[in-house]
Amino acid sequence: MASVQASDNKPGMASGIGAYLKRHLREYGLLLALIAIMGFFQIVTSGTLLRPVNITNLFLQNSYIIIMALGMLIVIVSGNIDLSVGSVMGFIGALAAVMIVEWGVPVYGAILICVLVGCAIGAAQGYWIAYWKIPSFIVTLAGMLVFRGLSLWLLEGQSVGPFPKEFQALSTGFIPDIFGIGRPNGTALAAGAVAVMLIFWVALRNRAHNRKFGVENEPAPFFYARNLIVAGALLFITYKLSTFRGLPNVLISMVVLTVIYAILTERTTLGRRIYALGGNEKAAKLSGIRTERLTFLSFVNMGMLAALAGLIFAARLNTATPKAGFAVELDVIAAVFIGGASMSGGVGTIVGAVVGAFIMGVMNNGMSIMGIGIDYQQVIKGLVLLAAVIFDVYNKRKQS
Amino acid sequence: MTALLEMCAITKTFPGVKALDSVNLTVREGEIHALVGENGAGKSTLMKVLSGVYPSGSYDGEIRYDGVPVAFNGIADSEKRGIIIIHQELALVPLLSIAENLFLGNECASHGFIDWRETFRRTEALLKKVGLAEAPSTLVDTLGVGKQQLVEIAKALSKDVRLLILDEPTAALSENDSAALLDLLLELKAQGVTSIIISHKLNEVRRVADRVTVIRDGATISTLDAATDEITEGRIVRDMVGRDMAHRYPERERRAGDTLLEVRNWNVWHPLHADRQIIRDVSLSVRAGEVVGIAGLMGAGRTELAMSIFGRSYGQNISGEVSLHGQPIDVSRVDRAIDAGLAYVTEDRKTLGLILEEGINRNITLSNLPAVSNRSMISENRETQVAEGYREAMNIRAPSVFQKAMNLSGGNQQKVVLSKWLFTEPDVLILDEPTRGIDVGAKFEIYNIINDLSARGKGILMISSEMPEMLGMCDRIYVMNEGAFVGELSAEEASQERIMSLIVTH
Repeated sequence: MASVQASDNKPGMASGIGAYLKRHLREYGLLLALIAIMGFFQIVTSGTLLRPVNITNLFLQNSYIIIMALGMLIVIVSGNIDLSVGSVMGFIGALAAVMIVEWGVPVYGAILICVLVGCAIGAAQGYWIAYWKIPSFIVTLAGMLVFRGLSLWLLEGQSVGPFPKEFQALSTGFIPDIFGIGRPNGTALAAGAVAVMLIFWVALRNRAHNRKFGVENEPAPFFYARNLIVAGALLFITYKLSTFRGLPNVLISMVVLTVIYAILTERTTLGRRIYALGGNEKAAKLSGIRTERLTFLSFVNMGMLAALAGLIFAARLNTATPKAGFAVELDVIAAVFIGGASMSGGVGTIVGAVVGAFIMGVMNNGMSIMGIGIDYQQVIKGLVLLAAVIFDVYNKRKQS
Repeated sequence: MTALLEMCAITKTFPGVKALDSVNLTVREGEIHALVGENGAGKSTLMKVLSGVYPSGSYDGEIRYDGVPVAFNGIADSEKRGIIIIHQELALVPLLSIAENLFLGNECASHGFIDWRETFRRTEALLKKVGLAEAPSTLVDTLGVGKQQLVEIAKALSKDVRLLILDEPTAALSENDSAALLDLLLELKAQGVTSIIISHKLNEVRRVADRVTVIRDGATISTLDAATDEITEGRIVRDMVGRDMAHRYPERERRAGDTLLEVRNWNVWHPLHADRQIIRDVSLSVRAGEVVGIAGLMGAGRTELAMSIFGRSYGQNISGEVSLHGQPIDVSRVDRAIDAGLAYVTEDRKTLGLILEEGINRNITLSNLPAVSNRSMISENRETQVAEGYREAMNIRAPSVFQKAMNLSGGNQQKVVLSKWLFTEPDVLILDEPTRGIDVGAKFEIYNIINDLSARGKGILMISSEMPEMLGMCDRIYVMNEGAFVGELSAEEASQERIMSLIVTH
């Protein structure tokens, strides 16, 4: 029976570092690509990219993309797509502006209402997709037009602003220095150090755990190299941030959301069911998974995150404009695919989507600093997206 | 008779695995040659080498066709020489007509414009040849699997086939359709078409094959000639599995306990056409430790019955009662049916049973995730332990439980699906074609698992298109035709003839 066994594990279960690298090329590739892109722009912008003020900007500029990428990852993993998020984000920003600036609704009340409206929008779209089986592409394409139109109507074609200080703090606020040092910001340094320790603790625990249960572990050199790089980058960034104004509020919400969604997708029964739904909807349904409800919830969640993104975006610009969120859905979707998600569903990770969003963000930022025109920027971003997906398909083909 | 095809010392290696180890296959002009072997033995790999899917140079050995060495670099090359493969998964476009499918990529056209009159004329001639009484404009979608198979063969004939290769042509067919297909093969043989048939159904092999080559573990074990050797199923099975298999159906102590599952007056209408009744007033019961079969032809409504009971996964306007242990149960949703104690092992494991991209572990726990989690957080330890337990108990052959389901052979995939359902700890299991497309050795293992479940007091409701399997395994058989039960036979009464006569007289 030995040879039967051998033929069952055809796709090279051969041990060794080379074979391991081959199988996980995608994950390492993504991290290396981000580092390479950052290195490249650091050099060509003669050091501007990693200046403290620019790092802060990078987070502020991309936070809303990353927050929406979390929801989009779930939507795409479960086998759908949401084209409406840019419009919804713009609409919510407009709604917040009209409520706060024109109607004088208290800031926190307005925020709550906006998030609820976001959920309702997601529910309205998810209902047709989940229970009526109307393709998500069509429903959300309609949503994209509807909410683009509604924001225009709500704002009467004008920009509305400015917002009160407490609303702006959503985006442009910074965590104060609890140690009272000021510069460098003690909170930022401490947060960086704690995060690094946490990362090592979790990674080492998982590794010991994997060994105990016979799960294949990453070869030790890779494990340490990868974690050291991540830890080094974290310390570097938090140090840089501490020499400017410290940790932006947005960064904290982003990190917290990312951790929550990573745990949700990787560790919970809900997450597992989402992957099963995207991997094989019929089989998932026949396994007792309530696929319709899950699809519906994935859109409610997307609506909520789009609302959050809309608030943060409006707070950063300190005004709501009819153009806000225009074509942002494409950046979000691109981030998720660059992060390794599959169009057909069932494959993709939160961390991948976040790294994908950063790759897009660093490229946007770097190219703007270099003074490359918006025309070339679009071309380059398009090619990078295509290259990432080609790389995926090529990899998959080589493995099978 | 001269040899049409000689494959000499074919060796094909994948990284780390020798899939074929100097395999020899000689096919004579005008014969039907059966190629048999367990799943994973290397039959498909050999056919891929032959058809050029693995281009010349990627394997060692020589292929001689018509006496001259050939080197194919793709399917187009081999098709040009009249070698045509019909795969298990049919390659027809469902929403195109028969005529369009037949000439797909090979249209009767001039300057890019299709000559429809010529297309239809030639289609009619081809359909006549394969004995399919359908209009050329019929959409393939509306045909049953058996007829689609005939369309595939007609398509092969349209390409002037000399060597026709059929991979498990009857796996999805009812006995009637299978018989018709085998007759067609014999007829084509009379017209000079040589064929290679890959099959697990040894009675069919015996019926049509002139010679049989058995492959095991990537090597040729034997070639039997109907003219000189006596080809018996026992002999073939012995060569296939490398051991004697005296009993194809393991013995089981038959003792039925109390009534477990009872379904009364079950009626189901078609999910799209509300006026078409698919299940008509069906009542059935399954007792503890009993294996009950539902026999019937393809399209009799057996799968529809099972799926409609299991969480209303099929049909609309469903009426009737389901009870377990004498208590009515709620089967209005799949999760409720599972909670009540039902499990349904689907007919088609790839599209309905497994998440192919995911590992054995994740597939096994999918229907009962709460059992491996604390407050919705999955414990991967517990999941791994559960999966390891089933890997051992069910003898799932895989290097680890993290192996993706798509990399497993059919038999092992089926064991994963069974494990998944056993993990929900059901009282009654509905098994829909539990051994379709898996090899003899794995079948025997599945039968043992079924017997073991019955010994543990579970009720088994089994749907199968293989009559001998039904007769060998079941305590009691319901016969179904056109959505209604037309008879019930005990194991002693049941025979292939009685079942068929019940079907045809109703």
